[in-house]
Amino acid sequence: MVENRPWFDFLAHAILILGVILVAFPLYVTFVASTLTYEEIVNVPMPLVPGDQLVKNYSQVLTSGSERGSAAPVGTMLFNSLVMALGVAIGKIVISILSAFAIVYFRFPLRNFFFWMIFVTLMLPIEVRIIPTFKVASDLGLLDSYAGLILPVVASATATFLFRQFFLTIPDELAEAARIDGAGPMRFFWDVVLPLSKTSMAALFVILFIVGWNEYLWPLLITSQESMYTVVIGIKRMIAGGDASNEWNLIMATAMLALLPPALVVITMQKWFVKGLVETEK
Amino acid sequence: MAEISLKNVKKSYTKQLQVIHGVNVDIADGEFIVIVGPSGCGKSTLLRMIAGLETISEGEIAIAGKVVNRVEPKDRNIAMVFQNYALYPHMTVYENMSYGLRIRRMPPAEINERVQRAAKILELGSFLDRKPRALSGGQRQRVAMGRAIVREPAAFLFDEPLSNLDAKLRVQMRLEIQKLHRELKTTSIFVTHDQVEAMTLADRMIVMNLGVVEQIGRPIDVYDDPASLFVAGFIGSPAMNFMAGRRVGEAVEVGEGVSVPLPAALREMAGDGVTVGVRPEHLVIAGGSGPTLSLKVDTVEALGADSLLHCKLGPHALVVRVDGHETPEPGSPLAVSAMPGKTYFFDTASGKRL
Repeated sequence: MVENRPWFDFLAHAILILGVILVAFPLYVTFVASTLTYEEIVNVPMPLVPGDQLVKNYSQVLTSGSERGSAAPVGTMLFNSLVMALGVAIGKIVISILSAFAIVYFRFPLRNFFFWMIFVTLMLPIEVRIIPTFKVASDLGLLDSYAGLILPVVASATATFLFRQFFLTIPDELAEAARIDGAGPMRFFWDVVLPLSKTSMAALFVILFIVGWNEYLWPLLITSQESMYTVVIGIKRMIAGGDASNEWNLIMATAMLALLPPALVVITMQKWFVKGLVETEK
Repeated sequence: MAEISLKNVKKSYTKQLQVIHGVNVDIADGEFIVIVGPSGCGKSTLLRMIAGLETISEGEIAIAGKVVNRVEPKDRNIAMVFQNYALYPHMTVYENMSYGLRIRRMPPAEINERVQRAAKILELGSFLDRKPRALSGGQRQRVAMGRAIVREPAAFLFDEPLSNLDAKLRVQMRLEIQKLHRELKTTSIFVTHDQVEAMTLADRMIVMNLGVVEQIGRPIDVYDDPASLFVAGFIGSPAMNFMAGRRVGEAVEVGEGVSVPLPAALREMAGDGVTVGVRPEHLVIAGGSGPTLSLKVDTVEALGADSLLHCKLGPHALVVRVDGHETPEPGSPLAVSAMPGKTYFFDTASGKRL
């Protein structure tokens, strides 16, 4: 804005600050709660300044879990979540970029049919097929394993579709130039398509990592041992029953820990993420 | 270095849709061939068939004596320059130029030598570390040519390489391509829709229309001796004037009381409908021999060195090219006559030259 209107500036800032408070306040409360003792939390009103239990609470959940709910250490759960989120994100990118490459650059019988098959599955959320998927996973002996956490959710129609749309914007002449230069299909994929897709891959990675990290229903079904819980399941298991019996200080500490990795991914990859959404290097 | 021969080459996408109807041409080693024609005439398709990017429906293409119908593009020993350059955007100029050689596992020292030599010829030396997006259109075009040169192929294929450049740069690049061909003497096939590029670059040109070769010949021969109405109208700027008329005895009547005598040699072949053609530069202000045409000047395009007079002769519109200092006023009458031997007669129905 070139105009200088103090009222407008003031209003804009007021609205923005209000928005920040709205979003940040619950987070702040969570943080404060994770630094208090159990007794301090259940007192009404709960104090709004951080207490002195930070180290104690966090080290307890990381190594030994809560006492009244699930006793699994959150450290293991974080590791499980990390394996699952990374596995899902990387697996989805690898599978969908290869299938999109096949659909765009190869002519094979029923090519369009297969594309539409993939596209149609976009409309089916995981919940729709969860019972048969569980049956298959259990028959294959995938219960309580990393493979069981990752494999059934690793195919992504959305990512395939996005990569396809991106590949369609790469000029055909690039593929032809590569053919004349002597590059075979996989060489072309590796040398040209992949480097051009870097930003899209980064953007997708951020989204898919967070989706994988936050996955709730599937890990809930496939895991029964505490050692295989993801952190999202862990939080749920810590909430054992009635309000009073929950160690809210430990639950809040776990929630803070569960929040960190996705936030870290977003913050470190922010530049790439925005680039991938807005620009294509062509 | 190689000769290329096309024998009855046809391309059809479906039974009904045939886009190239049998092309026959033998291209000599080191020759610069320009394929020219309006958009949709099949010239790019023909080039892509030579490159191996399109399959050949019928006929044979041979490069250096070897039939290549079923040979992959990379094994045809050709290099292609694309209209939109098709540079790899994430690679530097050096990487772009050396990519084909790296795939062929050439020793790095030799790659470096070839790239440096090509960069010197094309004056790209100071840009080798840049990415294509940091280059201007003309520089990108030169990189695309460099990528072709380093391969030292049997033939260069150019697919409208100059049409993305602005007018001034196009002229400059045209001259550079000419110079390059003089130095390297590599067989080249150049596709364009611009007849000026065709005239200036070609050793021989192939004029195509609707998937059919209309004429093959040296530019000056095609200009002097067009084989059909289409070629006569396509080659030369401004285009040849045509007057469709009726044959009356030993002359062609092109309008009320205006008739052009038919040369004795053509009387035998001429049918009922005859079109008379004469180039704007071959109409001279009266005084020459032959019949005089009385025109009325409609509008004037003064270009400086010469002027184009758009005139009316009955139902026909004619363009006359005159010296820039002798330009008549619009609306004034003008008597012109055709230079001797510079009048062309075509069969109106078939479009063929008589």
